[in-house]
Amino acid sequence: MPQSARPLSPHLGIYRWQLTMTLSIVHRATGIALVVGTLLVLAGLFALAAGPEAYAKIQTFCASPFGIFLLIGWTWSLCFHLCNGIRHLAWDTGWGYEIPRAYATGWAVVVLSVVLTALIWSCVFMRGGAA
Amino acid sequence: MNASDRNEGNYRTPLKRVRGLGSAKEGIHHFVIQRMTAVALVPLVLWVIWLSLRLLHADYAQARALVHDPVNATLLLAFVIALFWHAQLGVQVVIEDYVHTRWLEVTAQVLVKFFCIAGALASAFAIVRVALV
Repeated sequence: MPQSARPLSPHLGIYRWQLTMTLSIVHRATGIALVVGTLLVLAGLFALAAGPEAYAKIQTFCASPFGIFLLIGWTWSLCFHLCNGIRHLAWDTGWGYEIPRAYATGWAVVVLSVVLTALIWSCVFMRGGAA
Repeated sequence: MNASDRNEGNYRTPLKRVRGLGSAKEGIHHFVIQRMTAVALVPLVLWVIWLSLRLLHADYAQARALVHDPVNATLLLAFVIALFWHAQLGVQVVIEDYVHTRWLEVTAQVLVKFFCIAGALASAFAIVRVALV
């Protein structure tokens, strides 16, 4: 809640949805999702350090339908945040701010993140499951 | 500006006011570290994906042997440190943008820092334990 009575600038409600603003928001959302995902990284490393029983529990969780659902979600989040992060790094060098280029790289990020996720999970399923 | 500020002005330079508040060499610290951890995470994430795929059909002993390998353990350490550092910096900006109640913002920032530091320490501990035992 704002603590002062100063007027606010026009906010989301007045803008038509565009690719660039959507990707910006999704970049943040996937970032938050990946922070939650670090809990699985932690759990995995701890189970590995703890012993075979703990590791077996993690393997069972990752192979369960809910585990696979989470893992596919995190894989796409990671691929998107990685690709769009590289897009941000390009912007930091001053490259790619022209509107057509910002849209071209934006669509490239969307396509590439889906392709990478599909590639990773085809590796998983071709090798016979998630555990 | 109150009376004590004016008195200070007599024998303190403006540097006293600027230090730690902006452009006294540390204003871009957050920006630079966020980018540096991002650059480090690009190859590290690709490597971790590859490592995870190798772990798919490994039993416990094989998985442990993989992380026991000095190169893998070192890269994993680099990954978790860069990961939790980058996570803290990113969530910090989100909280700064969306949490406008001061006490909530400060509490959230402290909790996120504690979580990320604890996460980095705990995962480093687990990796070192597997690597050395």
